[in-house]
Amino acid sequence: MSLSVRSLTVGYGRSAVLSDFSLSVADGEFVVVAGPSGCGKSTLLRAVAGLIPFSGAISVDGVAVRGPSRDRALVFQEDGLLPWRTALRNVELPLALQGVPRSLRRARAAEWLERVGLAGFEDHLPRELSGGMRQRVQLARTLAQQPSVVLMDEPFGALDAQTRSSMQELVTEVLSGTTTLFVTHDVDEAVLLGDRVVVLGAGEVERRRDAILAAVKA
Amino acid sequence: MRWALRIGSLAAVLVLWQVLTASDARAWLRFDQLPTVVEVAERFVTQIGGVEYYHDLGNSLARIMTGFLLAAVLGIALGVLIARATWLGDLLGPPLEVVRPIPAIALVPIAILLFPTDEQGIVFITFIAAFFPILVSTRHAVRALPTIWEDAVRTMGGSRVQVLVRVVLPGTLPGVFGGLSVGMGVAWICVISAEMISGQFGVGYRTWQAYTVVDYPGVIVGMITIGLLGYLTSAAVELLGRRVTRWLPREALR
Repeated sequence: MSLSVRSLTVGYGRSAVLSDFSLSVADGEFVVVAGPSGCGKSTLLRAVAGLIPFSGAISVDGVAVRGPSRDRALVFQEDGLLPWRTALRNVELPLALQGVPRSLRRARAAEWLERVGLAGFEDHLPRELSGGMRQRVQLARTLAQQPSVVLMDEPFGALDAQTRSSMQELVTEVLSGTTTLFVTHDVDEAVLLGDRVVVLGAGEVERRRDAILAAVKA
Repeated sequence: MRWALRIGSLAAVLVLWQVLTASDARAWLRFDQLPTVVEVAERFVTQIGGVEYYHDLGNSLARIMTGFLLAAVLGIALGVLIARATWLGDLLGPPLEVVRPIPAIALVPIAILLFPTDEQGIVFITFIAAFFPILVSTRHAVRALPTIWEDAVRTMGGSRVQVLVRVVLPGTLPGVFGGLSVGMGVAWICVISAEMISGQFGVGYRTWQAYTVVDYPGVIVGMITIGLLGYLTSAAVELLGRRVTRWLPREALR
């Protein structure tokens, strides 16, 4: 599933958060969008997710984006889980929305939780889990949804260094082959995860720490 | 130790009451007219041994439950709709805001004129009393809901109705239960007052009736009954609220 963004503009005139931005992500590619805070990275993801109005054209496999849909899953920085649902029932939610029968979706959700290393934590509420574990649950939920494109908005920004690095490993493993647009302000994370790296305002740059840093500062 | 102090304090109040009333104390405040603790206790025992007491209890409970449940259903439904649909807010907001500051008990004359029976009027007053706190709390809770949960469900392909059922209703429960607690409190105030003014049967009616026939122990028994019922129904709402909002962080529960 490929993603194409053409001449994307969000907001008007001088107050535009994003203007005339273009990007394409090939099928199965992992593209990282880097840039300092407040440069419009989150806005880009929200536009692609279909959550905010925009001008320009966004399409998935040639089908124009008109609003949110299950084919574009969004992973949030934190608190994206519904706090009143247990880990299992959060993972189960996208399947429930699709009308998958309960016993089937419970079984599948449990498999995804196991895949992200959370077997045994099915009945824990989000508040009973650590930040890293909550992000694992979000990841499992996204996988259960089986979207065409995964959008990740600084998903590890609030985690400590050690947890972050284990999450980065997990993401590389479970999302390999999945079309992914990943947003971060962390240059090392961009180098580590991206097949390609795009710096907002500077376009595509070489996947090297110094090249990205130079582009971000420019 | 703390429990000993608490129980001791309560006992001291009862002893003071007994001493003041039994000795017909009169020092500006006139305790000679009031019944003694023993008289009230005896009266309470005879009352709970009779049929009439439970008949009144049943009447008051039926009234408050009907009014409160109607208020809960309509208050929550309208609160959600007004907060989620701007045009509905514009349509229903102004008339509701005009009626809201009027204390429900001040609507008794209207209720008597409007409804064919006193019974319906009392339920109406109870309903109005509980309706506004529930409506306002629900509306506020819906507006204060973090948008991230809704965004999450929409990007999972959730429809408007699914967002409502899966996010808005569970997410607003803590706020809604705040409104239900307040609503239950004012509903009791209003059902008792309405019964005193225009009722037949019911704890409020019986208490006022006892006063008019100079049966003061009966008045106190009525007051205690009202207090107990109010406490039990509020505790029930509180308990239910805690059960359905167990997911809240611990510090928010207190």
